[in-house]
Amino acid sequence: MLEVKDLAVAFGSVAPLSGVTFSLAKGETLGIVGESGSGKSLTAMSIMGLLSMSDGRVTAGSIVFDGQELTTLAEPAYCKLRGGRIGLITQNPMTSLDPLKKIGTQVDSVAILHLGMSKKAARANTVDILATLRIPEPALICERYPHQMSGGMKQRIVIAMALAADPDLLIADEPTTALDVTVQAQIIRLLDDLVKQRDLALLLITHDMSVVAQTCDKVVVMYAGRAIEQGPVLEIFDDPQHPYTQALVGCIPRDLGDGEKLTSIPGTVPTVLNYPSGCKFHPRCARNQDICTTEQPELVRNGDSAVACHFAGAST
Amino acid sequence: MLLRYIFFRVLMLIPVSISISVVIFMIVHLLPGDPIDNLIRIGSSPDDRALLVTKYGLDQPLFVQYFRWLGAMFQGDFGEAIVLRRPVADLISQNLPYSLTLGAMAFAFSSIVGIILGTISATTRSALMEQFVRGFILLGSTVPGFWLALLMILFFAVQLQMFPVSGAKGWDSLVLPVLTIGFGGVALVARVTRVALMDARREDFVTLLHAKGLSSGTILFRHLMPHAMLPVVTILALRIGWILGGAVTVEFVFGRPGLGSLLIRALGQRDYPVVQGCLLMLALAVMLGTLIGDVAQAAMDPRIREAKT
Ligand SMILES: Nc1ncnc2c1ncn2[C@@H]1O[C@H](COP(=O)(O)OP(=O)(O)OP(=O)(O)O)[C@@H](O)[C@H]1O
Ligand code: SF4
Ligand SMILES: [Mg+2]
Repeated sequence: MLEVKDLAVAFGSVAPLSGVTFSLAKGETLGIVGESGSGKSLTAMSIMGLLSMSDGRVTAGSIVFDGQELTTLAEPAYCKLRGGRIGLITQNPMTSLDPLKKIGTQVDSVAILHLGMSKKAARANTVDILATLRIPEPALICERYPHQMSGGMKQRIVIAMALAADPDLLIADEPTTALDVTVQAQIIRLLDDLVKQRDLALLLITHDMSVVAQTCDKVVVMYAGRAIEQGPVLEIFDDPQHPYTQALVGCIPRDLGDGEKLTSIPGTVPTVLNYPSGCKFHPRCARNQDICTTEQPELVRNGDSAVACHFAGAST
Repeated sequence: MLLRYIFFRVLMLIPVSISISVVIFMIVHLLPGDPIDNLIRIGSSPDDRALLVTKYGLDQPLFVQYFRWLGAMFQGDFGEAIVLRRPVADLISQNLPYSLTLGAMAFAFSSIVGIILGTISATTRSALMEQFVRGFILLGSTVPGFWLALLMILFFAVQLQMFPVSGAKGWDSLVLPVLTIGFGGVALVARVTRVALMDARREDFVTLLHAKGLSSGTILFRHLMPHAMLPVVTILALRIGWILGGAVTVEFVFGRPGLGSLLIRALGQRDYPVVQGCLLMLALAVMLGTLIGDVAQAAMDPRIREAKT
């Protein structure tokens, strides 16, 4: 369904993303985790073909969606994919709807555009979708404006917009970060149900490892603009190979035994302007050797998983 | 919802109009000079003078004069011009159409051309085009109107003889005055449109509009323009008063009849009732302008509709 290979992105001479590789199949949920600034949103924007909005561009690698190469796709064809076959859900529902337009109009336009529906049919479609998203009185909600609704409601509307043309792939970029904890759980459950009901592929970006553990089949761990480890969630959580992943998994506050302590990673995340040489994690890595400061480790496949570390697997 | 908003908005005009009427009344009476001086024949006796003062009620206490004036005004009676010896209402209705035509043309010119130029400069990929519009905006915002008027008279009217130097005969006499008043407006509107469009494009929701698969053109016209028009409408509403104010000097420079010319002449002659009538019409225009602007904004933005009612 989706195949991303060696993706690299640059803004002018700044290159915040490189060597991102992963794949996603129908009915699967792939989690992308990583600290702030690790390139998660950039990956999503590359797939959506929206980098040019902020003057960025793909400089290397490929993105293949359903057999179609996206990095060289012309804009009109891309417009058909966006909203039609790939839906996007963004981080901040408070600002992601047009405040001047009614909810119904905003959702309707997707089906009108991609499914060629009449206004009336599109509205029926919208009401249906809002109902499946457990929004009470969907027909009434259509006549409301965004500022009259709560954050959780708005995020459901955004999800409805992403679903309106019945896409095959859903990209959710931290869909719950801006919401209350209770609402967060509802939205995640909703997305999970949708994947099962509609046989969607879901790319779920988050920095919450417990969400990944609950909902994802596979996970990609990103650090400083690179995918540094990936594989089936169970494998990665049981036996992480990369020192960064090991630390991250150690961070999850779950069934901590009496003597166990939450490990946190010393040091800070590098920014694009001061990416270290060699392995970008080496200043914070307990296992780092000379080679780590000079040579960038490549992502090496091992069964279903892959890891980019010169000394993968060893424990510290 | 919108009706409710309009109702409350109009209600708010009552205290505003009362204050304005007081201010207009006072300004005129605080000015030095006396219309009777312009009226009286040289060699008349002080008794004649006293007679005239009584006739026009100028010997009454100020607040009595105010309420008389206000009461009459409600009956459409703006009083009698002291020097011109005609009903002020006649003078105004004779001159108003000239000012309205000029104002409406200048308004339409500056808003249409301004919005188009602003949109071009915010969306064009051509650096040359952008430079041109930005240069125009800079020029238009800095060149004073009266200077531009004189320059245009010299060039187009005197040198090329394309347009009449002055007067109000025929449509071609409107061209130079409209250009003069409109020029600064075009620059202002273009600048506000440009900035507002670029701001709107940076809003979060634009990402999702693209993600829905809408084309850039649809996004620009259906979503960005309505947002950009909010500040533009505010500016345009303020502009209505400004244009009429501008019309005062421009009418004078081009020797056109109109409210402005009438006002300037009446000021020179200390003809209180005429000055009051003219100022009141101008204030009314400004008030109506902001009212229309506010209502237009409320019609465009549901958040405003709700916040104020
Ligand atoms: N328009 C841009 N110009 C230059 N650099 C950019 C631009 N957009 C993003 N970046 C850089 O790319 C890096 C990755 O950004 P990205 O938004 O993908 O991070 P993220 O993983 O989504 O973080 P967060 O969890 O905060 O959302 C950041 O270091 C950022 O500085
Ligand atoms: S390559 Fe070296 S520095 Fe990087 S994670 Fe592995 S051991 Fe640590
Ligand atoms: Mg992000």
